Amino acid sequence: MIEFHLNGRSGLSPYQQLVQQVRHALRLGLLKEGDRLPTVKEVASQLAINPNTVLKAYRELEHKGLVAARPGVGTFVTRTLADKSLSAHGPLRKDLERWLTKARLAGLDEESIEALFLSTFRGAGEDVA
Amino acid sequence: MSTGLRDSVIRARGLGKKYRQRWALQDCDLDLPAGRVVGLVGPNGAGKSTLLNLAAGLLAPSAGSIEVCGGPSAADVAQLARVGFVAQDTPAYARLTVADHLALGRRLNPAWDDAAARERVARLGLDPKQRAGTLSGGQRAQLALTLALAKRPELLILDEPVAALDPLARREFMQLLMEAVAEHELSVVLSSHLVSDVERACDYLVVLVDSRVQVAGDLDELLATHHRLVGARRDPDRLPAHQQVISARHTDRQTTLLVRTEEPIHDPSWSVDGINLEDLVLAYMDRTAPAVRRPRLEVQR
Repeated sequence: MIEFHLNGRSGLSPYQQLVQQVRHALRLGLLKEGDRLPTVKEVASQLAINPNTVLKAYRELEHKGLVAARPGVGTFVTRTLADKSLSAHGPLRKDLERWLTKARLAGLDEESIEALFLSTFRGAGEDVA
Repeated sequence: MSTGLRDSVIRARGLGKKYRQRWALQDCDLDLPAGRVVGLVGPNGAGKSTLLNLAAGLLAPSAGSIEVCGGPSAADVAQLARVGFVAQDTPAYARLTVADHLALGRRLNPAWDDAAARERVARLGLDPKQRAGTLSGGQRAQLALTLALAKRPELLILDEPVAALDPLARREFMQLLMEAVAEHELSVVLSSHLVSDVERACDYLVVLVDSRVQVAGDLDELLATHHRLVGARRDPDRLPAHQQVISARHTDRQTTLLVRTEEPIHDPSWSVDGINLEDLVLAYMDRTAPAVRRPRLEVQR
């Protein structure tokens, strides 16, 4: 079971944050096929948010084929996003850590590292698209 | 009218309330959809409390009409039972105990859910023998909400319910409220100064300024259709017709607009940004002509 949280400064609406957190957990293997998501009432009460917001997030996940609602039982994960790529996370993380060390040794501060990563990431994304 | 087909939980037409010489609310038209949690925001003196008191039937209109759950507000016992009201500062009878309050509720309300009320009081850790006057602000607010929910209303009206509470008490109050909304089919209208609470709890927004509804709609839809445009100075009157300008600010070389539109913005000379709820609320509050503008707005996070 995962627990949701909301970030007031994320720039995303509460419903988008819930969707993103489920996708994130699926990608990292924290949620697997067959896992139950917290009930709408549980999330609404825990985060003090509108139940319709939770419903909307769950419906979107359902629409994307990631979860399925079983009436009276709960909402269950039907597909994982981690697939085969999860095993590659470890080595990739090592590569990134090595790269980060190099960047710091070269004198980049946190902000420059983030900016460089993001601009490279966006640039690469455009090339693929 | 059947409950299932009813579209408005509150419908006001030309509604007004006059105290001696002064109109606290004037010529107000409003339609609030059922099954939503409506956030009512606006500056002090906009008429929010007066409107909510009229809806609860605690005040009678001086002009116009207001219908609540399909009937005139507070017309008879059945109509009173449909509406729960938590007034500003969540008042309770100071000399009565928590148990006395539940006993009163049981006797006065036909659909009273005693089991739920007792369970909530126990869960909140309130001592039934304690006098309400000695409860903390947070506990008193929880008691008021417990009573309002136990009468099993179709519509729950809350006037600035958490304004006086500390952050923890505020969170606990909103948790209890949202849990109740998830549990029962309940329409809620709450007024608040706290944009962050509205953002989490509400799915429908109404901005009221000087008795007039400035904007009303589904909260996510409103946020998705409002954009901030920043670019070189230019005349807002020459924008595409579908772009409604909510606010415009100019320096000698820059123009910043807040526009509402359903369509994508293609003009490459604008840098386009989304806006948050606070920006949206402030833009609409600020929109009224300076001559009728009220003293300083109170918006805080």
